Amino acid sequence: MRVVYFAWVRERLGKGSEELELPENVKTVGDLIAHLATLGEEYEAVFAVPQVIRAAIDEEHADHDEAIGAAREIALFPPMTGG
Amino acid sequence: MSGGVRGDSDKHSAATVTVRIQAEDFDIASEIAALAEGRADIGAVATFTGLCRDEGGRLSSLELEHYPGMAERAIRTIANEAAKRFALTGITAIHRYGKIAPGCNIVLVVATAPHRQAAFDGASFLMDYLKTEAPFWKKEHRKGGGAGEWVSAKDSDDRAKARWDKR
Repeated sequence: MRVVYFAWVRERLGKGSEELELPENVKTVGDLIAHLATLGEEYEAVFAVPQVIRAAIDEEHADHDEAIGAAREIALFPPMTGG
Repeated sequence: MSGGVRGDSDKHSAATVTVRIQAEDFDIASEIAALAEGRADIGAVATFTGLCRDEGGRLSSLELEHYPGMAERAIRTIANEAAKRFALTGITAIHRYGKIAPGCNIVLVVATAPHRQAAFDGASFLMDYLKTEAPFWKKEHRKGGGAGEWVSAKDSDDRAKARWDKR
């Protein structure tokens, strides 16, 4: 699955996107964030406080309890500050 | 995607809905003219323009990052909702990305309607939703060099959006 990052999430991880093989037990956005937090020091720091992370599944906003299902692309980013 | 091409417009119950995400600046007068062209049912045009502030002289620029694809889709959803809810004749939203200097344009909303309240409300509604739902992020660049902080989301923006729920 493709995971894309924006703003300080992208900057602190040092990458804008990556392809990840997800373990079976990763079913929701929240599971994905918890899984990412185990991938290394930078990941742990970025995803330490899951509540500050917003998500989109295939370009639609998604809550943390939403199922990932057969999503093509998951985006993780801080609260938006456009306008 | 630049002036003159209108292939990105949707018809929404007779409303012309146009959304563009672009690096280039926009021209307010020509956007108003595009919405008014060929119509005699417009009695009101409300525009909102958001500009880059220098925050008391601290900033050399703001850098706007966006999620291509989703940014246009999210704003289009909001614009269609605004057109329907306020029975607009048209709504145009243009959001820029990239480095933007103080005093320069960031975002434009033009809403047209038979009467002024709908035009004001349509533009205001779109901006309040755009602030919290469109995937854009601002980073400050300081005068004298060096990147500053990512701008934090404001609770006041969430409250501004929430006020539309009560109506």
